[in-house]
Amino acid sequence: MEHQHRDAPILNNPVPVRHPGRWVSAIIILLLVAGFLQSLFTNPNFRWDVVGTYILDVKVVQGVGWTLLLTVASMVLAIVLAILLAVMRQSDNPVFRWTSWVWVWFFRGTPVYTQLVFWGLVTVLYPAITLGIPFGPELFSYALSDPSKGLIPAILGLGLNESAYLAEIFRAGLKSVDKGQQEAAEALGMSKGKIMWRIILPQAMRIIVPPTGNETIGMLKTTSLVLAVPFTLDLTFATNALANRIYLPIPLLIVAAFWYLLVTSVLMVGQHYLEAYYGKGVDNAAPAAVNPAAAKAAGAGADAHRSMKTDFPEESAR
Amino acid sequence: MTITAVKPLVKIEGLHKYYGHHHVLRGIDMTVNQGEVSVVIGPSGSGKSTMLRCVNLLETISAGRISVGGQLIGYREVNGKLHDLKTKEIAAQRREIGMVFQRFNLFPHKTALQNVMEAPVHVKGQSKSVAQKRALELLDRVGLGDRAGHYPSQLSGGQQQRVAIARALAMEPELMLFDEPTSALDPELVGDVLNVMKDLAKSGMTMIVVTHEIGFAREVGDTLTFMDGGVVVESGDPREIIANPQHARTKEFLSRVL
Repeated sequence: MEHQHRDAPILNNPVPVRHPGRWVSAIIILLLVAGFLQSLFTNPNFRWDVVGTYILDVKVVQGVGWTLLLTVASMVLAIVLAILLAVMRQSDNPVFRWTSWVWVWFFRGTPVYTQLVFWGLVTVLYPAITLGIPFGPELFSYALSDPSKGLIPAILGLGLNESAYLAEIFRAGLKSVDKGQQEAAEALGMSKGKIMWRIILPQAMRIIVPPTGNETIGMLKTTSLVLAVPFTLDLTFATNALANRIYLPIPLLIVAAFWYLLVTSVLMVGQHYLEAYYGKGVDNAAPAAVNPAAAKAAGAGADAHRSMKTDFPEESAR
Repeated sequence: MTITAVKPLVKIEGLHKYYGHHHVLRGIDMTVNQGEVSVVIGPSGSGKSTMLRCVNLLETISAGRISVGGQLIGYREVNGKLHDLKTKEIAAQRREIGMVFQRFNLFPHKTALQNVMEAPVHVKGQSKSVAQKRALELLDRVGLGDRAGHYPSQLSGGQQQRVAIARALAMEPELMLFDEPTSALDPELVGDVLNVMKDLAKSGMTMIVVTHEIGFAREVGDTLTFMDGGVVVESGDPREIIANPQHARTKEFLSRVL
């Protein structure tokens, strides 16, 4: 203390570098924004009254619901398939590796629009599923129909297409985990499935979550293509239909854009928490817990974490 | 330390290892008795780490046999013909063998406590409460009882390595393998890790230690093996070999590290 007092340094207090460019650019941008805002309020063609009328319209809100359902269902399908595909791609079994490669090649290599049209036509192409010996007798037959009015083909089309992209993201994530992690887990005698599910995948998630969030937000908007199936209840179709009825496309585009932005913002918040969760110990090492009671709490936290997950199918790792 | 009945725990016979055409191990024979500390030294590239990794099958065995506790590692022998073990059976063999790595390889997404509890709970199926009590005891034993809630990134290299030792011990192995456990550590952190290993040796654990710590070999080792070019050049009592190496290559190596 005494020492510090005696030698208290005179702080440098340098004159900071000035940034006139920042001021100039800020003024230009502010002027542009002000001009745009003025046009929003004064240009009558925006028809804000119509926006107000339709923003909470039953058809629109239901459209948001269907769009969300399509996004969530197709992403869940895609994520499950992608984990499987990424694990198969690393498998010792050459048939699995090859299958995974061909799947990604096909679903990534054809347009999602084409795939959606195809799934809409499946019942025309295959009126029934028949189980039997190829070129031999039939054992069982089931007539295909689509009581969901396009929902199931839409989810299949979006989900299978997305699985190909996600498979590559998951593969990159799995590859990013240090080889020593696999070895350490093997040396402890852990099974292949447990090594993947408890050691490799949680660490890979750090790499996987940001691009997957990106894909989810992309999917939210790709759902507007489901009219190709056709499925006609989603947000884009609903607002388009309303616009065509009243001959006012612009206010209903604003309605659609508002809802897409709102949902995207909510998804971004969710992504933030997911990133924080999977970054634990690496990106955000929490303040240390030093006493046994706190250690106990840490253990309890691990409990909750585990109970959320079901056991990983061990065979799929092979 | 007195060993009453000398019983071989690890037997390595005629071990060869190829990486493609590269002949890394050229016929290793080695026996480690129960409760013994077997120290392996040698220049880098001599194959000592590869030999160690063969013992728990992190490397496949190209030729030769390794047995631990009388059990053949990695194979089943039927009518003189070797059959590969299934992944599950290999995992079961590895449970009896603890391994400590040069670069620790702690699970970074788990706290020190969770690292130590992982295998007892998820491999042995111990209850969380039993495993946690034991894990805290082990962390205490390696001097890190107050670091249970820390993530690896919050620990120094020496602390991480001691957690890694506790993690391996939690499976109650009959054999511990150490692959250059202090090579990645800052010099002032080496002592703590070596002290934990000395305590472990005193408690009667059978250990194979690949290291550059000649002092450790002299003080704790029951046997010292010097490897070079994929073969065992010299093997015997550590103090004798260090004081009076018989082979020119051993002499040269010791003169460089001592």
